Amino acid sequence: METPVNVNQFRPVAKDIQMAQTIARPSTTYWQDARRRLKKNPLAMIGLFVIIIMVLGAIIGPFFCKYNYSDQDYDNRLASPSKEHWFGTDNLGRDLFVRVLYGARISLAIGFFASLINLTIGVLYGSISGYFGGRVDNVMMRIVDVIYTVPLTMVVILLMVLFQPGLKNILIALGLVYWIGMARIVRGQVLAIKEQEYVLAARMVGANKWRIMLKHLIPNSMGPIIVSATLNIPQAIFQEAFLSFIGLGVAAPMASWGVLADEGAQAIQSYPHLLFFPAAAICITMLAFNFLGDGLRDALDPRMRR
Amino acid sequence: MARYLLRRFISMILAIWVVATLTFFIMKALPGGPFAREKALPPSILANIEERYHLNDPLLTQYADYMVRLVKWDLGPSFKQKGRDVNEIITDHFPVSAQLGLSAVFLSLLIGIPAGIISALRQNKWQDQLAMFLSVIGVSVPSFVMATLLMYVFALKLGWLPAAMWGELKHMVLPTISLAGFPMAFVARLTRSSMLEVLQQDYIRTAKSKGLSQRVIIYRHALKNSLIPVITYLGPLVAGILTGSFVVEKIFAIPGLGRYFVQSINNRDYTVIMGITFFDSLLLVGLNFLVDLAYTLVDPRIRLMDGRK
Amino acid sequence: MRRTTLVLVCLMVATALAASVFAAPAKDQTLTMNLGVAEPETLDPAKSTGVAESTILLNLHEGLTRLDKDGNPAPGIAEKWDISKDGKTYTFHLRNAKWNNGDPITAQDFEWSWKRALAPETMAEYAYQLWYIKGAQAYTEGTGKAADVAVKAINDRTLQVELNAPTGYWLSLCAFPTLLPVHPKTVEANPDKWFMSPKTYISAGPFKMTEWKHNSQLVLEKNPLYWDAKNVKLNKVVITLIDSQITELTMFETGELDYGDNPPPAEFPRLQKEKKLAISPYLGCYYYLLNVNVKPLSDVRVRHALSMAIDRTTITQITAGGQKPATAYVPFGIPDLKSGTDFRTAGGAYLKETAQVAEAKKLLADAGYADGKGFPTLSILYNTNEMHKTIAEAIQEMWKKNLGINVTLTNQEWGVYLESRNTGDYSVARAGWIGDYVDPMTFLDMWVTGGGNNDTNWGSPKYDELIKTVMNSGVQAERVKAMHAAEDILMKEMPIIPIYFYTRPYLMKPWVKDMIRLVTGHIDLKYSYIEAH
Repeated sequence: METPVNVNQFRPVAKDIQMAQTIARPSTTYWQDARRRLKKNPLAMIGLFVIIIMVLGAIIGPFFCKYNYSDQDYDNRLASPSKEHWFGTDNLGRDLFVRVLYGARISLAIGFFASLINLTIGVLYGSISGYFGGRVDNVMMRIVDVIYTVPLTMVVILLMVLFQPGLKNILIALGLVYWIGMARIVRGQVLAIKEQEYVLAARMVGANKWRIMLKHLIPNSMGPIIVSATLNIPQAIFQEAFLSFIGLGVAAPMASWGVLADEGAQAIQSYPHLLFFPAAAICITMLAFNFLGDGLRDALDPRMRR
Repeated sequence: MARYLLRRFISMILAIWVVATLTFFIMKALPGGPFAREKALPPSILANIEERYHLNDPLLTQYADYMVRLVKWDLGPSFKQKGRDVNEIITDHFPVSAQLGLSAVFLSLLIGIPAGIISALRQNKWQDQLAMFLSVIGVSVPSFVMATLLMYVFALKLGWLPAAMWGELKHMVLPTISLAGFPMAFVARLTRSSMLEVLQQDYIRTAKSKGLSQRVIIYRHALKNSLIPVITYLGPLVAGILTGSFVVEKIFAIPGLGRYFVQSINNRDYTVIMGITFFDSLLLVGLNFLVDLAYTLVDPRIRLMDGRK
Repeated sequence: MRRTTLVLVCLMVATALAASVFAAPAKDQTLTMNLGVAEPETLDPAKSTGVAESTILLNLHEGLTRLDKDGNPAPGIAEKWDISKDGKTYTFHLRNAKWNNGDPITAQDFEWSWKRALAPETMAEYAYQLWYIKGAQAYTEGTGKAADVAVKAINDRTLQVELNAPTGYWLSLCAFPTLLPVHPKTVEANPDKWFMSPKTYISAGPFKMTEWKHNSQLVLEKNPLYWDAKNVKLNKVVITLIDSQITELTMFETGELDYGDNPPPAEFPRLQKEKKLAISPYLGCYYYLLNVNVKPLSDVRVRHALSMAIDRTTITQITAGGQKPATAYVPFGIPDLKSGTDFRTAGGAYLKETAQVAEAKKLLADAGYADGKGFPTLSILYNTNEMHKTIAEAIQEMWKKNLGINVTLTNQEWGVYLESRNTGDYSVARAGWIGDYVDPMTFLDMWVTGGGNNDTNWGSPKYDELIKTVMNSGVQAERVKAMHAAEDILMKEMPIIPIYFYTRPYLMKPWVKDMIRLVTGHIDLKYSYIEAH
């Protein structure tokens, strides 16, 4: 004997019980949340502060100095740091402090630009390659291999022949190659993450590809992204020095931190101050970027949302 | 899988071909030549030499010649290092660079990974901050400064190690450290960040709730999955470091391949440029293939083939 | 009186004895030196072009002549020679000398070696060093035959050479690397690689090669079969192949090197202060090229104004390597007509060592650019190098300050820089010239109209005429007079601005003795020894 189901015994769920499933917390976007968390991180704020000071120093600092980056004083060559010359002077008697301030303009610009390239082209390229996988991945990654192996020095010399020297050339050269490391790292992360359950879930509910990439894959790869973005900044600064060295960069007597450090390293035994100050400037900037980077990583980590 | 491998190999060969082609035409577009010098040679002598090296042939003929050479792995004679073939230069000097490079990679993993794990477990404690400080120094001090400083301190001031030259174990110490500085810092930071991420994942929580000891959790579960960015980074790193670092080899007078590459570009030593770039591309493409295979070993869920069948 | 003399004599003997005790040669006659190159490009005399390579070759080989410590040709493999009345034919009489494998060295060996260096299939870049010989140039250029090259072995020990024109420095050239003899049998057997291995490296000089580790070191040992072996004191010379200047200095300071040829210029000021830097003369001039086709530089007054506004003394203080301010173009170190006089001293100073600001300003004003007004921006081109950059920065500032003109700096990678110079794509460019042989012609002949090394677009028929006179004249008085006249024109017209005369700063331990340093940059170790220390 079968038990007949009595349809009348069932009734529709009331609207208000459906609502019980919604999240009660006021809706903040991912980015609003991140900003709030960043502000609570003291080290990150110190890092941000130092970077702001550096940028301000680079922009307005030189106006308050009595020397210019190209003023030479042959009676005061290779002087050690003193009240008169805070960072000492170089082989032409130029004030190193002012030269470091001017150098900040170039090097910080390079640093920001490199991060920008990394965080845009590198991240997008890597996540597209990783997410689509298969053929797309194969082609995109082989392009990265090609860019990695064609000798950069030769490309740079060619750029030098084609264009007038200047910062623009450096930016072109960095823009051509600077994102490939990041692209590879992001791609590796995405390959792993895209197989995880929540991505699968998002796909099941029909989220579109770009949404999955921007909302799930990239935020969940933030750790390695930020690490390699910050750690690549000094690489970019020294790459600029190398490019300037072979003639692509800003014309002497203006000099970036990388160039100053390069020059200083030549006389490391006799006049260590020539290396110390530009190198210290790079290190301090890097520490600041790392503090900020760590803070950003924590702030942007979707699992830290509580 | 077989189809994937086939496709992959074809794409790798194509990539190498593109590298060789681009390198050839960029190289030929550069001003100067292997026999350009401040004291210009008499035109008749220059013409004779260029004729005999086939440098006056039509560009496409030269290109075809090079391609045939690359395929036959007969890379031709160096224009500058008279009496030496590029094949010889690679076989003589690559092992030195490789030996130095591998020990640097090994050192950077040996210290970088544990440092990264400790920083992650002690997040924001002093161990973490110290590791971060050191790694920032590690990435901010370029290898030539590191090399010069190490030489100054350990060879000149303390006299513990020889300043330069090559041959014995003691010659390897300073160059290995100078070369390992940057990757070590990078590996430590990468390990830390992905470790932090992995530690928050559900399966780690599950493992914890099962009562597994922390050691087992870290080494059996967390570490493996947090190594993906490190493995990614290793591919190009190993390829780059194996073919040698110009700066470190120059400072420590090491007979490696890196200096040949840089000098060949300065000298427009065409055969050497082509030969080493070709060799370099083989290495890189091969290593990146190994990296992809390593992904699937570390995390079996990763599939390199098309996601949807 | 007599007693004092006796005492004096005793004292002298005692001093001499003491000195000889202190100056005794060390037991271990090994010299460790670095020549500043990572690897010799070749050790085949015919194909070699570099200075470091030349030094190695000159110690491994011996030419017909060998330069003595004053740079004069002394008998080498040739015991003596006769010169024909017209100064064109040389007959060399060879001594009974041997290759280091025991074979006798013959006149035929020389003939063979020279013709090999000239042969187009050898592809010797420096073949033109032999073009003084009749028929030589035609052979290299493919228009003549080997048989028509006027070098002939009359018999085993007599070699006859006929030159195109009397050439005063021919005997010195006989000691030049390109003209060094090689062992025909070994070279024929293995033409491209014979010099790569100590086993096949046959030479006839004071030393022989016993080891060559690429990019690491090269070892030379005393050659017991050298004809003058009794005067060779060093047993072993270890040549390290290090091109990093800082490394060389460090190894010198740790005692791993006795000699360093390439100290870092950035450390010169300190090394000078600590008296560690030794300096020897070098036959070379550092100068700026002016492209006379570029607008304001076409005016000779502008060229002189630029030159006068440079403070050469300051520049040499900055370079700190003992360089001399260049008051003319041809450097010191070349003998003039009378023995013991110098071409430079005889020619006098055309330029001042310090800046002549007032005169420079006046000249510029005469040219229509009072206080630099209306003067277009000049660009100084230099190739990638710290020292070139520093000098360019200093001169930029001097021109700005003293003349009120705007100057920019352009740094180019070596190959690009050479191309820019050759194609005249520059206005002011840094340049330098090192003499190949000790005669003013090595400096002067390059400025003839359209000359392969004359990148200034400048030319003067009168100058060309004078150079032709020098080339064809066998009368030294006439030659020297014409060369002074030529330099006169060059300095009046000023297509180039001489800045300083080169020196060769080097590092050497005090116990290294009797090293012959030639002004052409070559180092001869034949008589060197290590003093006990």
